[in-house]
Amino acid sequence: MKFDILAYIGRFTLKRVQVLGQSGVFLLVAFYQAFLPPFRIRRLLKEIEFIGSKSFLIVFVTGLFTGLVLGLQGYHTLTQFGAEALLGSAVALSIIRELGPVLCALMVTGRAGSAIASQIGIMKITDQFPALEMMAIDPVKYVISPKILAGIISLPLLTAVFDVVGIMGGYLVGVKLLGVNEGAYFGKMVTSVTFTDIYGGILKSLSFGLLIAWISSFMGFTADPTTEGVSAATTNAVVITSLSILIVDYILTSLLL
Amino acid sequence: MIRVENLVKKYGRLVVSNGLNCRFEEGKITVILGGSGSGKSTLLRQLTGLERSDSGCVYFDGVDLTCASKKKLYEKRKKMGMLFQGSALFNYLNIFENIAFPLREHTRIAENVIKTIVTMKLEMVGLRGTENLMPSQLSGGMTKRVGLARAIVMDPKVIFYDEPTSGLDPISTGVIDKLIKDLNTKLNITSVVVSHDIESCFRIADKIIILFSGDIIAQGTVEEIKNSKDLRVKQFINGEPEGPIPFTRTDKNYLDELLTG
Ligand SMILES: Nc1ncnc2c1ncn2[C@@H]1O[C@H](COP(=O)(O)OP(=O)(O)OP(=O)(O)O)[C@@H](O)[C@H]1O
Ligand SMILES: [Mg+2]
Repeated sequence: MKFDILAYIGRFTLKRVQVLGQSGVFLLVAFYQAFLPPFRIRRLLKEIEFIGSKSFLIVFVTGLFTGLVLGLQGYHTLTQFGAEALLGSAVALSIIRELGPVLCALMVTGRAGSAIASQIGIMKITDQFPALEMMAIDPVKYVISPKILAGIISLPLLTAVFDVVGIMGGYLVGVKLLGVNEGAYFGKMVTSVTFTDIYGGILKSLSFGLLIAWISSFMGFTADPTTEGVSAATTNAVVITSLSILIVDYILTSLLL
Repeated sequence: MIRVENLVKKYGRLVVSNGLNCRFEEGKITVILGGSGSGKSTLLRQLTGLERSDSGCVYFDGVDLTCASKKKLYEKRKKMGMLFQGSALFNYLNIFENIAFPLREHTRIAENVIKTIVTMKLEMVGLRGTENLMPSQLSGGMTKRVGLARAIVMDPKVIFYDEPTSGLDPISTGVIDKLIKDLNTKLNITSVVVSHDIESCFRIADKIIILFSGDIIAQGTVEEIKNSKDLRVKQFINGEPEGPIPFTRTDKNYLDELLTG
């Protein structure tokens, strides 16, 4: 009985390590292919549209409400210490360092990550990858590489949008609604936000963009070629990507501080 | 054109190709017949290098595809066209773009010429006017014909058909059979057709290969197959339920299995 459990743990671990290795190779190949000619600029732009532009609205709304809530919460906490002048830097720092990259990435995971996984899974169960192969087109280069590049390019841009909209949301509540001094809101922000914060935010969003495109594509690509397989892959893509984002966020934060 | 030597393919313990030897002559139509699950599609995937074999060789135009570099393989693939069993149309592109896809990827043909070529191919399969529909809006038989139009759009030298007529009505079947024959006689295209439609097979085949659970049990011309003394071949071409080919897949006795529950 004891040994059954040991064997089970062993098998389980081996399987996980194997999947991890496969996904690493998958990413390397996709990257390598991305930088081999012919370059598929049109495919890349299409994917940026799919991952980036189509997530714009959802990121905008999330950013706005995050900023509004931060303004409200921050104001009520800070007034207790008579420090409402610091509202601007509180909102800006929490958004630029943490909430911007993380919330933005989680929203994009829900919208685009699931779509990537199911789209690739459907291509797989309907033989579209062998069909590409038969036309002498490398499926990884054609389908996967542009998605990974698009993820890396789109996320920092979306995060920038989130940051700006969030800060404006805080401004609306803090300055326009609750009467914090406008000069203080932006003045304190300028002095307290350093370039390290901004670089850190960009680094995070780059990593999250990579994670979203990589994990979602891999899940779709290795889905069981059945309808259940594709729906499981879609769910797993969202769950695993979201968890990875939170874990990587912790690691990056601890390195950056 | 294609020569197969001692080809072996296994999925776990299931032997799907059990040391196959056969040839597909240039300019001829060779039909691979066999029951469901007898390894026809798997053989086709090995012939095109889509699937790695466990051992043996597939010579295509003198190059062994089982150990060719990716570059060589892709070079040869440009001479192949394939109609997949499930058509494998790109679900995010409309019919026009599906057929135009290989042209756009591999050539720099002007847009109006592409339009002409696509229209011609659609006319050949009798589907002109469906250009702007999506694959999901077509019936199974129609998607199959679009798949065929896409397979021939680059004017390949060899075309592989995986069950081109299954699920089609008799008229469409006739049209497709005639199309395969015409492509073969007029353009001298080598054709490899996987099928379990005996009648259409006899109509078009120059040579027939019969597969049964991973083995070739007969190969020869239509006449040779029709006059074969082999009981398994007779059973297959006459479609008899009783005979040496069992219908169930397991060796377990049915009565035993029911009684032991
Ligand atoms: N990827 C795979 N993994 C495991 N087994 C497989 C795989 N693909 C096919 N098989 C098995 O190999 C056998 C042959 O499959 P294949 O698709 O070649 O049959 P087929 O002759 O084309 O049948 P059909 O006429 O129904 O299309 C089947 O028993 C199938 O279960
Ligand atoms: Mg088949």
